[in-house]
Amino acid sequence: MNPTAQNNVKITNSVLQFRQDFAIISNWVGFGSKVLDLGCGDGELLQFLRLGLEVKGYGVEKDDANWLACMDNGSNVIQMDLEDGLSGFEDQSFDTVILSQTLQAMHNTEDIVQEMLRVGREVIVTFPNFGYWRNRLQIANGRMPVSKALPYQWYDTPNVHLCTINDFDQFCKNHKIRILERCVITNSKTVHFMANLLGNLAMYRLKAA
Amino acid sequence: MQETNSVGIVAAQTAHFAQPLTLKSGAVLPQFDLVYETYGSLNADKSNAVLICHALSGTHHVAGKYSADDKYPGWWDNLIGPNKPLDTNKFFVIGVNNLGGCHGSTGSASTNPATGQPWGAQFPVVTVEDWVASQAMLADYLGIKQLAAVVGGSLGGMQAMQWTLAYPERVCHALVIASAPNLTAQNMAFNEVARQAIITDPEFHGGDYYAHGVVPRRGLRIARMLGHITYLSDDAMGAKFGRKLKDGIHYSFDAEFEMESYLRYQGDKFAGEFDANTYLRMTRALDYYDPALSFNNDLSLAFKQVKAAFLVVSFTSDWRFSPARSREIVKALLDNERTVSYAEVTAAHGHDAFLMPDAHYHEILRTYLNKVQV
Repeated sequence: MNPTAQNNVKITNSVLQFRQDFAIISNWVGFGSKVLDLGCGDGELLQFLRLGLEVKGYGVEKDDANWLACMDNGSNVIQMDLEDGLSGFEDQSFDTVILSQTLQAMHNTEDIVQEMLRVGREVIVTFPNFGYWRNRLQIANGRMPVSKALPYQWYDTPNVHLCTINDFDQFCKNHKIRILERCVITNSKTVHFMANLLGNLAMYRLKAA
Repeated sequence: MQETNSVGIVAAQTAHFAQPLTLKSGAVLPQFDLVYETYGSLNADKSNAVLICHALSGTHHVAGKYSADDKYPGWWDNLIGPNKPLDTNKFFVIGVNNLGGCHGSTGSASTNPATGQPWGAQFPVVTVEDWVASQAMLADYLGIKQLAAVVGGSLGGMQAMQWTLAYPERVCHALVIASAPNLTAQNMAFNEVARQAIITDPEFHGGDYYAHGVVPRRGLRIARMLGHITYLSDDAMGAKFGRKLKDGIHYSFDAEFEMESYLRYQGDKFAGEFDANTYLRMTRALDYYDPALSFNNDLSLAFKQVKAAFLVVSFTSDWRFSPARSREIVKALLDNERTVSYAEVTAAHGHDAFLMPDAHYHEILRTYLNKVQV
């Protein structure tokens, strides 16, 4: 008998669908490595990495329903609030710590990035680029941007710290964070030109300097 | 009326162990009985057994009823049965009364074979380690080499943890609920007050009250009243009783507030059915359990030998076994890269929440146990 709860994996439809951001993340994560996914939601990314790369994965999730979905997906999941930091995790104890499309909803943004760099040898951060031209267009038209990547109205959004690619580049510079790789995608295609204007989703691979 | 998801009418069984058991203290029990119950069927390769470890005042009677007109079912009946979170269609569930208990397993009230008299004060102080060793003997007796899971809340959670330390090959999953890797000074202090209430009762007779035909009811009653306060949260007591009076203020020391009559009722009920020597030993086992002690107080080091996967659950309003203590267990497992999940259930009931049929809590256990392969 195998003493893990990770068997009997139910392969969800969304995992079978192609997710360009997942594909890029899996290029940045080593085979069989140890991964911590912060704000792991229903555990989709962890499942993708486990099936594809046999990673030893742990998710961190605050929400009860997501916790159950993550467990049902066969992932290890630790219930805690990221705003409280990562005190339950030792320094440099993970190969990669991932914060996928959650940065913009964090209150203690600087703290969580520093905590990730403390716990992970490498860090992956992805966020919706507020500088994307469609967002700029909506602002120019006098409205707050609402899109697939930012699916909230101004009054009910959990996103409190939206930023652009240029903002985040500056953030890394100010905090002496090394950017190992940056990848920007729009509609599942990599953007090579004028990323801050044409890119919808920003993805960074980081390391403490 | 027969509930469709009840294990139904159950009966306790007794396993007799004729070989001596050397306890952690060095004392030797020449022979002993363990009383137990089982629900569901053991499968052909004996891989679906789940052991339930009880807490301070628990018993082997975990689920079902002894007769159709039994008023109350077993103490964790809301969790265990066909299609319940711990599904007896899938699992073979074992409930056992711990050594030193007062519900049929050998304890202070049992006859000491050397004297022909009740053991009384002479019954040794038993530990979590001793209980787990005797439970492993029960597993052998039932022909079970490896348990699919060991499940326990509070002191029961400590036993589940100890299983993974003492018998890493013999347990696949540990469900450690509302527990802690040891007790804090404050937590032990409550135990000390409870024990002092019992020991200073004139009818305690140094633990040999059986010979005098009396029981230290007053001490046991106060011990239980104190315990009940610590098992509930301030909010839960507020919601349940608040400052409600039974029938006004009479300027007396009778039970005028509803809270008082609740505590007195619980104390009286308990004093009428529980053994004082057992209460002393159960609380002492809680105090002594500290698996990190022989590892330089490093729980992560102590957990190096763990092979089992863990589910750790705590409750936000539990101040006697707080979430922070459960997170220590989780951290020790993470430090060793073990398979672990942790849920912190938002609940108002305090420590007692682990026995309540909260929908989300039960869904956590159901989802986890669904994944356990047998």
